[in-house]
Amino acid sequence: MDSQKLSFLQDKAAQIRKITIEMIGRLGSGHVGGSLSIVDVLTDIYYNVGNMSAAHPDDPNRDRVVVSKGHAGPALYAVLADKGYFPIDNIKTLNQGGTSLPSHCDMNKTVGVDMTAGSLGQGLSCAVGMALAAKMDKKSYRTYCIIGDGESQEGQIWEALMYAGNMGLDNLTIFIDYNRMQIDGYTDEINSLEPLPDKYKAFNLNTLRVDGHDIAAIDDAIAKAKAATGKCTVIILDTIKGHGVPWAEDKGVGSHSFAISESQWREFCGKEKD
Amino acid sequence: MNDIKEMRAVYCESLIELARDNKDIVVIEADLMNCIKTGDFKKNYPDRFFNVGIAEANMAGIAAGMSACGKIPFISSFGPFATRRCYDQLFISIAYSKLNVKVIGTDPGICAEVNGGTHMPFEDMGIMRCIPDIVCVEPTDAAQLKSLMPQIAAHKGLVYVRLYRKCSPKVYEEGDKFDLFKAKEISQGNDVTIIASGIMVDRALQAAKLLAEQGINAGVTNIHTWKPIDKDAVIAAIKRSGAIVVAENHNRYNGLTSAVSEVACEHCPAPVLSVSVNDKFGEVGKMPYLSDVYNLNVSDIVERAKQAIALKK
Repeated sequence: MDSQKLSFLQDKAAQIRKITIEMIGRLGSGHVGGSLSIVDVLTDIYYNVGNMSAAHPDDPNRDRVVVSKGHAGPALYAVLADKGYFPIDNIKTLNQGGTSLPSHCDMNKTVGVDMTAGSLGQGLSCAVGMALAAKMDKKSYRTYCIIGDGESQEGQIWEALMYAGNMGLDNLTIFIDYNRMQIDGYTDEINSLEPLPDKYKAFNLNTLRVDGHDIAAIDDAIAKAKAATGKCTVIILDTIKGHGVPWAEDKGVGSHSFAISESQWREFCGKEKD
Repeated sequence: MNDIKEMRAVYCESLIELARDNKDIVVIEADLMNCIKTGDFKKNYPDRFFNVGIAEANMAGIAAGMSACGKIPFISSFGPFATRRCYDQLFISIAYSKLNVKVIGTDPGICAEVNGGTHMPFEDMGIMRCIPDIVCVEPTDAAQLKSLMPQIAAHKGLVYVRLYRKCSPKVYEEGDKFDLFKAKEISQGNDVTIIASGIMVDRALQAAKLLAEQGINAGVTNIHTWKPIDKDAVIAAIKRSGAIVVAENHNRYNGLTSAVSEVACEHCPAPVLSVSVNDKFGEVGKMPYLSDVYNLNVSDIVERAKQAIALKK
């Protein structure tokens, strides 16, 4: 990736983090940590490798994105708002009654959201279905699915991984947001996923691992995934919950969902007034 | 038995026929292809057939994803595994997401016979009908299934089909037409109406015959679609006969008895008695034994009909 593009994407990711924080900040609290940890991968998908556009959100040939860890909706909404899928002012309505931006991703409420998620463990199976549909129709669109590490304690994730691996779904790229934290603590202490790469390899998956906040590395891994004919790829993203917002990162496990004061978000977003 | 074709044969033949014109129809199985006999679908449309192994939640999720891309998946398993086992996936990934998937749950209630309590769903329609916007249907026999299949495939949304795999007692003639959303009034009676579904329709007809011999005029209405229920049919039955007996191969809680009572209470209160499973788990046995255990016999319907008539004001 050339430095100019990288610089653009890094700036974009920083901007998405600001929109995410403003969105949750205006509401007063929400899923900050796990939204921020997937901003960089979302940025590379939506602003670089992905084939989708706000002008044609229902294009049957568009690439699909399933945010299976549906509570990270705000990060996805920030991207979609910035890309013009809906007016940017909509971010002020997060979780308000009648909003088009609910806490968890909803394909029927938000333009640009490809799959409803929120009951953890379900989105990856849906992504597998989308990838199989593409194969059936001999279409070239790709499906990207972002799963959580805590979410991976759900058995259905492993049912889906087993089938994706055995079917060799090379049009499906799975990302695990490996921030190693969940609501009640550290995944390693509650119910560890380790040895995670070995598990994926044992499921016949092309297994890659990168710094989940290094956009160039993420981009490189996605290129490798596309090139891996006949193999479904999972990319382990080593991430930090709350990344990019010091006071969110500092909360550690507590960054999952917490209250943000008005002065906090306004200072971070550089918005003294509306 | 005056049986004709196995229900599963009709199901698969209909699917093959429908899939000929509708390229979006796909079948996903979870290792019970050989039980519901969709192997012929696989032979005809190998690219539109998937077997995910013993993983019902994954099957439901994959169906949701395919539907999001325009496909119309038919997924099936034994009743408990097609419903209870993957309820949240059906609820969230399919129904809440407003996707278009058909779920076939086989071996309803006592039809599970020797597979016993783990495989014997008395609650499937009850839990499924709590899903908003769902259509829950129990085809009565081969002829009715054949007529309903194109409507089931054409209905956009989640449809649950409670399907006896084997030869259901023949009630209708080949070629009879049915409306997915309208009950079938088989006969009218002024003393009592037996509202029945599935294998209980044949028993209801036998009961009506016995009642007639005793001078009691019992009508029989077949409600195949429990949700949305044909309210007009229930109201008409109450207005005509003033008393109802519901005959269902299901737990009386949340099943057809409940659905009929909900209509009766709101629109025209009348005695609604039930021939159904009285809040019990399943167990192994053949149909005659199980019919005795759960009081689902013709004689039970006759008795309840007389009680219902006695309750009339």
